[in-house]
Amino acid sequence: MDLTFTPAQEAFRAEVRAWLDAHVPRTPLPSMDTAEGFRRHCEWERTLHDGGWAMVSWPVEYGGRGCNLIEWLIFEEEYWAAEAPGRVNQNGIFLLGPTLMEFGTPEQKARYLPKMARGEEVWAQGWSEPNAGSDMAAIRTSARLDGDHYVLNGQKTWCSRAAFADWIFCLVRTDPTSERHKGLSFILMPLDTPGVRVRPIPQLDGETGFAEVFFDDARVPRANRLGEEHQGWKIAMATAGFERGLMLRSPARFQATARRLRRLWEARGAGADPALRDLVVRAWMDAEAYSLATYATASRLLAGGAIGAEASLGKIFWSEMDVRMHETALALLGSDAGLLPAAAPPEAAGWLDGFLFSLAGPIYAGTNEIQRNVIAERVLGLPRD
Amino acid sequence: MHFAFTEEQLRFRDSVRGVLERTCAPAAVRQVWDQEHAHDPGRWRALAELGLLGLLVPEGAGGLGLDEIAAILPLEETGRAALPEAVVDTALIAVPLLAAVTERALADPWLERIAAGESVVAVGFPPNPWVSHADVADLLLLADGDAIHAVPRAHVRLERLPHLDGAQRLFRVAWTPADRTRLAAGAQARRLRAAAIDRGTLGTAAQLLGVAARLIEEAVRYARQRQQFGRAIGSFQAVKHMLANAQVRLEFARPVVYRAAYAAAREAANRGRDASHAKIAAADAAAFAARTALQVHGAIGYTWEVDLHMWMKRAWALETAWGTSSWHRARVAAAVLQSESREEAS
Ligand SMILES: Cc1cc2nc3c(=O)[nH]c(=O)nc-3n(C[C@H](O)[C@H](O)[C@H](O)COP(=O)(O)OP(=O)(O)OC[C@H]3O[C@@H](n4cnc5c(N)ncnc54)[C@H](O)[C@@H]3O)c2cc1C
Repeated sequence: MDLTFTPAQEAFRAEVRAWLDAHVPRTPLPSMDTAEGFRRHCEWERTLHDGGWAMVSWPVEYGGRGCNLIEWLIFEEEYWAAEAPGRVNQNGIFLLGPTLMEFGTPEQKARYLPKMARGEEVWAQGWSEPNAGSDMAAIRTSARLDGDHYVLNGQKTWCSRAAFADWIFCLVRTDPTSERHKGLSFILMPLDTPGVRVRPIPQLDGETGFAEVFFDDARVPRANRLGEEHQGWKIAMATAGFERGLMLRSPARFQATARRLRRLWEARGAGADPALRDLVVRAWMDAEAYSLATYATASRLLAGGAIGAEASLGKIFWSEMDVRMHETALALLGSDAGLLPAAAPPEAAGWLDGFLFSLAGPIYAGTNEIQRNVIAERVLGLPRD
Repeated sequence: MHFAFTEEQLRFRDSVRGVLERTCAPAAVRQVWDQEHAHDPGRWRALAELGLLGLLVPEGAGGLGLDEIAAILPLEETGRAALPEAVVDTALIAVPLLAAVTERALADPWLERIAAGESVVAVGFPPNPWVSHADVADLLLLADGDAIHAVPRAHVRLERLPHLDGAQRLFRVAWTPADRTRLAAGAQARRLRAAAIDRGTLGTAAQLLGVAARLIEEAVRYARQRQQFGRAIGSFQAVKHMLANAQVRLEFARPVVYRAAYAAAREAANRGRDASHAKIAAADAAAFAARTALQVHGAIGYTWEVDLHMWMKRAWALETAWGTSSWHRARVAAAVLQSESREEAS
């Protein structure tokens, strides 16, 4: 056990920090869920890429730096400490990217990964359907093979970023006689394909963070299938593993929130209330615990271990922590908490939106109830119901 | 940066678990409840033979010369087994304290006896209001103002304080400080006492992890076997989710405790803060596991006959040993809210 960073890791940290100091926009970008904000966030991805920082853990040939997981965690710590913009292409870089590296053909990797890293092609995720939420195996959207093309019909929903994205990766039924997990395939689809219609859905904050996507005889080349035909479930589970595992929510995000919370506590002069003090300290402790657990997981993975059902533990922990930290912030803000930016004091910036978004954490990436089922059955060994 | 135990450390944990399964089965713990002393000389010697008691004792004095990182998993096992003996006081607190004092002639023989399993040392420093295992201790380390005294048992008067956890032996200790028992004074004593508190905190946190893990294991075992409505109660989602929540708390307390062990071993500036954080997290995990395990058992869990209560009561007892969670929260708050620097991962 050695919890210090090597000189090389410290040098890497310093390099990241210096670059971010020089490049992170001075004023926060508009929400990525507005047309203007989306464009600005794509520009930022381009800047990151040109600096070589878009996806540090990817191989150099796809626009990365070939860093290991520890370096990725260091990068994330600096990234969030610098309060750099959110990653508009996270469906691509954190979910589809690793999936492509594992299951894609060399042609597919060369075609998709570099543009993904440059933020030139932003991805949406098309798994959920109106009647297939937690029960994803109930997917009905169909893809019928017609010569060298698949013809898609059906509907996806809750697709994050789809209002402005370029591409969507979908899980669809390629075998019409199949049921449940069998007969599904993983398809990559341009959103401007004829027969594809995107209907944005305003979220709790009023912005169009996700969308419904309708397919009406939409044709896509067979070469856009990722992995074997009818094997889509297995691939999707690998993607979900990345989502729940390390990639989606790196600890640095929550450590940054805990630090902001401490600053808010100071700004509000809330020192007199020990209950609020304890909540601010708890935020620090929880974020620290999540970071330590992540370093332990990264160490295990680097030593050749795997991440399995225990990723579900992390998903519950971070999503509940995030809600708690934002609830604490609102408590510190008191009656200012509900004021929209035009009327709110400067120290309130970001907390209300952050609170609303934190509430989605226990829902997306597999609801926390589903994660508890996974933990009970696959970590603790309780019988299925 | 590599946050993992070595193969050797894991093997050591396994052998400690093996010995405790043989010498500290639930029936043995139950026996302690009815006996005068919470100390079994045979079991104590078995732990010494493993190297557990002399783990921090320098090699020259018959120990293994290892550090807190090597000690943390074995200590977790002592919680898992609900070991009654004074292993934290003796092996984790007294040893480094005795190894650090300048009075070598006084301290060295004790180190050898501890490593050999021949001696028990009890530690009575604030914030602990009482002294645990004072009845079987050969030596008591006690505080008088700033000074630390090493007092033979013959020189103290004990009043036993019966405790909910029948394996606790807590005593109010009356004694008179004398020049010849003074082990350290002034700044050195203050430093040693601070280190002792951090180590007591750390060791208790490790035991709490083991207690929490055992409570969850017991509840899972019961939930797989107990049938109601024609099926195992562990197949009901309400039961599953309670246990999953307990597991989440446990798994996110673990790395915090292991990091605190690392901080202690490296004498990191943050070791006090990290030990306090560890104990808060582990006590929370254990208290939650206790309530969950009881609820999963239903009425049978509410009985004296079933072993479950021995771990539940240990969880509650350890929560207040070496500082309550509230005491430790104030320490973490002082460290976290005052530091202006950007916290890093280590
Ligand atoms: C902000 C946000 C972004 C999202 N982005 C995407 C995206 O980009 N792409 C995409 O495909 N999807 C996305 N989703 C959808 C998300 O994956 C689903 O919301 C999620 O899988 C739950 O499905 P559902 O909403 O249909 O809820 P339901 O499945 O209907 O669940 C409703 C409630 O019932 C509970 N429940 C359901 N089944 C069980 C069970 N077996 N045991 C116990 N409780 C159960 C759930 O936990 C939940 O509390 C997003 C959702 C949100 C909120």
